[in-house]
Amino acid sequence: MAKFRIKRYNPEKQSDPYYEEFDYDIPEGATLLDCLNHIKWNMDGTLTYRMSCRSAICGSCGMKGNGHALLACQKQAAHLLKDGNDTITIEPLGNMPVIKDLATDFQQFWEKIDQVKPYLQNKEKPPELERGQSPQQFKKIDDATTCIMCGACYSDCNVLEVDNNFLGPAALAKAQRFVGDSRDKATRERIKELSKPGGMWDCTHCGECVERCPKPAEPFYRIKDLMAVGLKEGVTNNVGARHALSFVKSVKHSGRLNENKIPVESMGYFNIKGLLDLVPVGLRMLLKMKIPPIIHKPVDDVKDVQRIFEEFGE
Amino acid sequence: MIKHDVLIVGAGLAGQRAALEVCKELDVGLLTKVYPSRSHSGAAQGGIAASLGNSEEDSWEEHMFDTVKGGDYLSDQDAVEEYVKAAPRVIYELEHMGCAFSRTDDGKIAQRSFGGHSKPRACFSADRTGHAILHALHEQVLKNAKSIKIYSEWYMHQLVIEEGRCCGVLVSNIRTGEVEVIQAKAVVFATGGYGRVFQITTNAFAGTADGAIAAFRAGIPLEDPEFVQFHPSGLYRQGILFSEAARGEGGYLLNGKGDRFMEQYAPSRMELAPRDIVARAEQSEIDAGRGVNGEDYIFLDLRHLGEARIMERLPQIRQLGIDFIGVDCVKEPLPIQPSAHYSMGGIPTDKFGQVVADENGTPMKGFFAAGECACVSVHGANRLGTNSLLDATVFGERTGRSALEYAKNAECGELNESHQKARVLNQIEEIFQRDGSESYNDIRNEMKQVMMAKCGVFRDEENLKSCVASIRALKERYKKGKVTDKGQLFNTEVYEIIELGNMLEMAEIISTAALARKESRGGHYRTDFPKRDDQEFLKHTFVYPKDGELELKYKPVVITRYQPKERTY
Repeated sequence: MAKFRIKRYNPEKQSDPYYEEFDYDIPEGATLLDCLNHIKWNMDGTLTYRMSCRSAICGSCGMKGNGHALLACQKQAAHLLKDGNDTITIEPLGNMPVIKDLATDFQQFWEKIDQVKPYLQNKEKPPELERGQSPQQFKKIDDATTCIMCGACYSDCNVLEVDNNFLGPAALAKAQRFVGDSRDKATRERIKELSKPGGMWDCTHCGECVERCPKPAEPFYRIKDLMAVGLKEGVTNNVGARHALSFVKSVKHSGRLNENKIPVESMGYFNIKGLLDLVPVGLRMLLKMKIPPIIHKPVDDVKDVQRIFEEFGE
Repeated sequence: MIKHDVLIVGAGLAGQRAALEVCKELDVGLLTKVYPSRSHSGAAQGGIAASLGNSEEDSWEEHMFDTVKGGDYLSDQDAVEEYVKAAPRVIYELEHMGCAFSRTDDGKIAQRSFGGHSKPRACFSADRTGHAILHALHEQVLKNAKSIKIYSEWYMHQLVIEEGRCCGVLVSNIRTGEVEVIQAKAVVFATGGYGRVFQITTNAFAGTADGAIAAFRAGIPLEDPEFVQFHPSGLYRQGILFSEAARGEGGYLLNGKGDRFMEQYAPSRMELAPRDIVARAEQSEIDAGRGVNGEDYIFLDLRHLGEARIMERLPQIRQLGIDFIGVDCVKEPLPIQPSAHYSMGGIPTDKFGQVVADENGTPMKGFFAAGECACVSVHGANRLGTNSLLDATVFGERTGRSALEYAKNAECGELNESHQKARVLNQIEEIFQRDGSESYNDIRNEMKQVMMAKCGVFRDEENLKSCVASIRALKERYKKGKVTDKGQLFNTEVYEIIELGNMLEMAEIISTAALARKESRGGHYRTDFPKRDDQEFLKHTFVYPKDGELELKYKPVVITRYQPKERTY
């Protein structure tokens, strides 16, 4: 017998959320959604969640199982029982307000999708037949187009947890779907927009969204694609791009990070306000004796590191 | 009261395509009980048909003939002709909008083979074509946000018909529970099908006949409801769809003895015969005890395609197998069975999407329908794979255009807001007041089981009579169901109850029409009348509501180019 420990919330009845447990013997092959449906239809009709296709394509049934975002219809319930534990904890998606039980408010999620101008931009008159696109060009948008907008990545994004201004992994993956599309003619404008604060450079590369994505969209890899296009297009007049370039420069030069130089180069030598913002941090580091060595020494085998750069390019 | 020039209910392919047409000149409300991108069109996998001729020479005439023959000659051929002629143009338009299609080496839209099509004419995006098109349309809808107002998670209850014309709909905001009247000069239904009436189905939970029954309760007949398509490859017990593209790419069907049994049923087309024929072949094997291990399933075998081909063309299917039954189709065959998939019948329309109120073609002013909820009829008695995405796109556009032209020259009809709202409020209050002696879950399960067993792939008089009687008994029990959530906020239970009411009504309509059609044609197979009977039944069924009973009338089929012939593959 498994225990489904479900986070309940209904502001019509009670202002605070609480957990409620339901016992149910998981039938062989049952998905988490099958189990929730059993609970709703036989034990408590007030249990509220979204669902529709039950085949991992509509993106309705995003929620958290044992602390991580997933699609309820895609997850075998038994797989959530680990190490002899008989309890499965079910909670609503994170980084969104909860409406009732497991149903969350997606408004901000969609607003951020809107922000990346999620449609093809190409003012040329289309040909009579299809626009040409090679299989290799299609491949560049193949993964991004599998996104089902389920919000799993958004829920578990570590940046969004502290910075609500961040576009988030789903919107950035959607942006890559157009930046990577050979038929889209707004690459530069898109990249400029995406390089602003809250955009692609605010991703901290934690990779959580790749772990949570139920499809091959894997947003962090799409964000990496965007960053590469940004550097290639020379859209580097921003903290994120400068940080990446300074990082590369430092490793290439000495095989290690010059932690005194990178913050300054990231801000930009002429960015007076940005540099002044760094001063208090620097002073605090000084007081705590955490300042990196002033004299930056290369690693012993720096020649080997430089050879890697020569062979693979930047 | 909310007002729009045109109000569209349903935001799948047909609804969104219609919205894009209307928004060129008028303001549109686009209402959906989910979110547009969560519509069930997105679950379509294999492709969308058009005679582009990108990999083999093709023509609209061949596409038309295949469609008419596939539909067992019940299609209205004037509509089919315009439909297949429009196909290449609408595909190019989708491509221009940005839809991601798989490509040939020379950069054209790739095309593959599909059941019942004599040429490779399925344009596709790997095995998620519906998803690709749905999102491409959604992108355009977002781009036109100024003139398209989206109502996500709103439920449509009823039509408002005043003095013989449609002037709005009654809806609920699911999140707040607020009941509203939306007044519109024209209403377009694009509400999808009703596969959820059956136990084993590929359909989403949302496929509950809401649109068809709202029309029916407003006095509009339903056309050809007995023709329900069973898809040959739904996952055993669950019905989750494994695209026909798996067979289009060369997959085999094997019975329990390991034989490619289609040899016995359709030797020239084998696994790529139309779906009605393949589904019947599978069910015959299962009924004869030749299922795998004597169970109710057979195998879909893709192993010989190799991992590279599967990953390029069928990656989603592979993942579905791994996630849902732990079977990797690269190494093992997939267990499948026939699963209710598509409704050929629906709300009768002319070839411009105008809903007709009777078998004589009298228009119901201000009311339009497109996509699976509508019956034009281009699919006749059996739809070919990849023709539904095409139907939704072509008729979505045409219907949007018709609604636009109508609304431009129409005024809003008069309606009494509080009186109209009361219709829904009373219905919900009545549900809350029921005595609670019955379980809706039991009623729903029994309905699904009885429809599958007695009104499924094979039917006969005795079973159908018993089916109709069972459904009527369930309708009585439904009036005594137990509700637990009486709140306003995001009350999903109350909508599930209303949906069940719609499905019970639909189940009775399907089985009653099936009982009356004493022949076998396309998706409707009567073991007691195994032959097609053109003398008696080369005609469309029209089921009317009449004093709480059902009344059946018929309408002749439009035949232009292709005279009915024996149908062999």
